[in-house]
Amino acid sequence: MNLPEPARTAVETFGTSLSWEQRARLLMQWGDRLPAMADDEKTDEHLVDGCESKVWLLADVIDGHWQFRAASDARLIRGLVALLLARVNGLSAQDLEQVDLPDWFNQLGLSRHLSPSRSNGLNAVLQKMRQLAG
Amino acid sequence: MSLISPWRADFPALDALERQGQTYLDSAATAQKPQALIDALAHYYANGAANVHRAQHLPGALATQAFEDTRHKAAEWLHAGACGQVVFTHGATSAFNLLACGLEHLFQTGDEIVISALEHHANLLPWQQLAKRRGLKLVVLPLTAQGVIDLDAARNLIGSRTRLLAVSQLSNVLGTWQPVAPLIALAKAHGAFTVIDGAQGVVHGRHDVQALDCDFYVFSSHKLYGPDGVGVLFGRHQALAQLRPWQFGGEMVLQTDYHHATFRPAPLGFEAGTPPVSGVIGLGATLDYLNDVNHLAAAEHEANLHALLRAGLVLREGVQLVGEPEVALVSFVIDGVHNADLAHLLTEQGIAVRAGHHCAIPLINTLGLSGAIRVSLGIYNDSDDLERFFNALDQALELLR
Ligand SMILES: Cc1ncc(COP(=O)(O)O)c(C=O)c1O
Repeated sequence: MNLPEPARTAVETFGTSLSWEQRARLLMQWGDRLPAMADDEKTDEHLVDGCESKVWLLADVIDGHWQFRAASDARLIRGLVALLLARVNGLSAQDLEQVDLPDWFNQLGLSRHLSPSRSNGLNAVLQKMRQLAG
Repeated sequence: MSLISPWRADFPALDALERQGQTYLDSAATAQKPQALIDALAHYYANGAANVHRAQHLPGALATQAFEDTRHKAAEWLHAGACGQVVFTHGATSAFNLLACGLEHLFQTGDEIVISALEHHANLLPWQQLAKRRGLKLVVLPLTAQGVIDLDAARNLIGSRTRLLAVSQLSNVLGTWQPVAPLIALAKAHGAFTVIDGAQGVVHGRHDVQALDCDFYVFSSHKLYGPDGVGVLFGRHQALAQLRPWQFGGEMVLQTDYHHATFRPAPLGFEAGTPPVSGVIGLGATLDYLNDVNHLAAAEHEANLHALLRAGLVLREGVQLVGEPEVALVSFVIDGVHNADLAHLLTEQGIAVRAGHHCAIPLINTLGLSGAIRVSLGIYNDSDDLERFFNALDQALELLR
């Protein structure tokens, strides 16, 4: 499957060998570049259940292509969520079903650096995306 | 000051973890295992596994002997004397569930169960759900600013309606010893059952259930350097006699036809089905090992490490300790830093600590926190472990600030 443009950039950026500091800095940069979410959008209804830290998720659809916006109160989580958005934004509901989360973070060279609780959290975000698009 | 653990070499995983670049500071979640336990498990499996209590053959007799020996060793570990005995469960959590089911028939609508604000979910949810089933009131003892159950408040809240008190001896979040002896006395004065969650307390210091005068004392083997899958429920004879069986099946039954059955008394009446035989035997080997450890020296080592940990943390800008930890662990948060971010960067650097709510969501909420980082110690930790932690912490903070 062809990766969306931002996803290819992500693979180029993270797919090289990085020190943990470089990785952390990049994650924070990606997180900081997420478009801000207004405070009144950060409602309980938009919270993703099953994350250790708070993650809010909003979805829009244009011509069958889903666009998600997300925010988190933790910076590195925000970065990880940004990497997930890079992979899924612009997909159809059908393509969204095909997204393989472990494979994606593996392509980014990040799977070894994700704790079980972090992976579960990201999985919860993806599930909520599918639910919103479903 | 360099603090070296003379027991570290007894725990082979510490070396292995070091080779993997991991510094293990999460012993309050589960502890590493001594070679003596690993040997006992290997011996049991290599020399003939067997089911306990029911077999007529020699391997069965040997397994039963080793299994029952552990029952005595666990009772001795708690100085139970002749006042009660040990029931094996599958963990502390299952012991609390056993109690909440086994005692259910003694509660009437309007009766009160008293717990504290710092309870682990394991010693909260079984009582909360029992209260819901039976229309009981769950009374929550508040804490002082130091993170200790408030005795003055307890004097007003424990009364004639109190049917059961269930509290932790040592908090898994705050690292504070709780005034369990006076609380037990208060509850006893009103004829209430008393349950002590010793999951953390049992690991740090030797306790005496006769002196404590509690009806039940619960802990998990895996936090006490033993195998997982095994819980210990000590109960006084009179208290055990009032429990009704909660799980039904093999071994716990005396007589049955298709329609009726009679059941064994404790302990076997509460050990339905095949118990964790190897785990119990392994716990016995762990207790033998721990009995050979010089307790004063171990307590001193732990206290020195704990002091070093506390002192190093408060030196760092913006660190807020959660409560006033006394032993074993320190939980903290850092101003302006999300604990999930810090946890992530500590993990990246091979520091194994715990972040989050520590299975005590109501406590974390009461403290006005969204979570905390917990560093916890075992007898095998040394000052190098703490140094690696502090270096990693400084690096992480530099990146995040
Ligand atoms: C204070 C306390 N009580 C109970 C438990 C539950 O123990 P387990 O998960 O082994 O059943 C724990 C373990 O996390 C604990 O720290």
